[in-house]
Amino acid sequence: MPSILVYAELSAGKVATTSLELMAKARELGDVYAVALGSGAKEAAASLGKHGAKVVHINEDKAFDDYIAEPATDAIASLYEKEKPDLILFGFSPDSREVAGRLAARLGTGLISNASDVVSNGGSFVAKVPYFGGAKVASMKANGKPAIVLVRPKSFEASESGGAAEVKQLDISVADSSKRAHITERVVEASEKVKLEEARVVISGGRGMGGPQNFPLLEDLASALGGAVGASRAVVDAGWVPYSMQVGQTGKSVRPGVYIAVGISGAMQHTVGMKTSKIIIAINKDAEAPIMKMADLGVVGDALKIVPALTAAVKAKKNG
Amino acid sequence: MPRFRRSDNGCSALKIVVTVKQVPDPNSSLTLEADNTISREKEVVLDPGDECGVEEGLQLKEAHGGEVVIVSMGPERAKDGLRKALSMGADRGVLITDPGLAGADALLTARALAAAIKAEEPDLVICATESYDGSTGMVPPMLAELLGFPQLTFAKKVEIDGSTVKVHRQTADGYQVVEASTPALVTVTAGIAEPRYASLKGIMAARSKEIKQVSLSDLGVEKSEPAETIEGVVDAETRKAGEVIEDDGSAVERIVKVLAEAKVL
Repeated sequence: MPSILVYAELSAGKVATTSLELMAKARELGDVYAVALGSGAKEAAASLGKHGAKVVHINEDKAFDDYIAEPATDAIASLYEKEKPDLILFGFSPDSREVAGRLAARLGTGLISNASDVVSNGGSFVAKVPYFGGAKVASMKANGKPAIVLVRPKSFEASESGGAAEVKQLDISVADSSKRAHITERVVEASEKVKLEEARVVISGGRGMGGPQNFPLLEDLASALGGAVGASRAVVDAGWVPYSMQVGQTGKSVRPGVYIAVGISGAMQHTVGMKTSKIIIAINKDAEAPIMKMADLGVVGDALKIVPALTAAVKAKKNG
Repeated sequence: MPRFRRSDNGCSALKIVVTVKQVPDPNSSLTLEADNTISREKEVVLDPGDECGVEEGLQLKEAHGGEVVIVSMGPERAKDGLRKALSMGADRGVLITDPGLAGADALLTARALAAAIKAEEPDLVICATESYDGSTGMVPPMLAELLGFPQLTFAKKVEIDGSTVKVHRQTADGYQVVEASTPALVTVTAGIAEPRYASLKGIMAARSKEIKQVSLSDLGVEKSEPAETIEGVVDAETRKAGEVIEDDGSAVERIVKVLAEAKVL
């Protein structure tokens, strides 16, 4: 059996959902180990055990919370030397990819990122990587020892398999030379009413919204439907809305019951983060926009008229 | 700190390296070659994210004095991208070009860049958080590791105070303040600074600025085994196109029906 090490990303002391998704896949591939670093690692180990980890290596040094990438890289590199896992899985998230990049450079192995699946094939691992607007999927055999693969969020369903992990203290003291990029303050700006990743309905706006002044129209519709508002990279880069709202390859991945794309053309950068939504509705002036080719219902028209009318209709139906 | 030189305005002069590359024009659609690779023959432009990196580098230089060196990797024509950065005001460029780099993976790219950047002994390396074409953002952390620098990432604001670099690091719900001593590597988000237009004077001046061309052997970098071997390419499972309707006033009713069927209303 190949041995698989999952890097369990902790956020606010809890295991990130993406890491639990990786556990589900890792169970299919071999013997699963996990590593959890920083505050909450102990509690995380219990959760990782339920999701199929045989052993969880933990270290609760606060340096893992407070310094970017380097302490975690040191810890995983030392664990690699001891355990020699065949495959190390990371989520494709901002924090994880920074650790994975440093680790791959340190081990001199390279990595495969942005994968949507991993399969085992005669002792090696093959990652499925979408590209070209998500229209093509390349099968890439990992040549590195260890193989390091970063997997997109929402690629697998997290599920408990029962069981408890053996918890092992990872014996490492973080060197001062790795305490460099120091997080000295954490500022919360956006408090989301409904979490984008968990919303049943997501309404996202793009350039076709005309400007930031029109985003409240989407907020109104979202609150009528109990959903959340997202955005395309173009309008985040333009400064219309905060990054926390970005859906797509470099933003959040969502999989709601209904996704309503308003004034979004449907560049791959965006669609890769929402195309597994159950139902997609697109509202766009351009009948030829790529989003129309993937929407279950495409409406060609003026979003600024349709959205408020839709909000009114939703409210009327709810009250009626 | 011997690496800091005092400049006329009393601030520490900075040596800044900004990495750039060219990407297929984001405003044009991509095409595939017969072997399923993305066509590189298309119109290419300086990566819009890199333009923001160049702008940030120039603003830091304007505030603190010093030099902005642009480092790029690519075929001969990547000089166009370098030239654009020079016309915005950067001081000189280095182009790593070598047939051995065709199809280079992130690690080989990072190794080549690290070798070229080490020779510059910078105080600060600025990269875009991720490229517009690959969008995987793997090169910057690799580069930081190979340079032995701390990485301050997703910066939407960068400040330098003596030998301390401080950034506002964008997070899902706000930002973190992150500090480190130089030398350091910073990745910047696209929103950090509106790239300036090159002035005519800048364009003229860029023509005489130096672009040093180096090969892998000049840098002492050996080609490594690529991280992956492509075993095959298939069409992704696509969503079937649904119904497309013109809004003749009935669209709202149709949408409400779909929402009701999906049981979200």
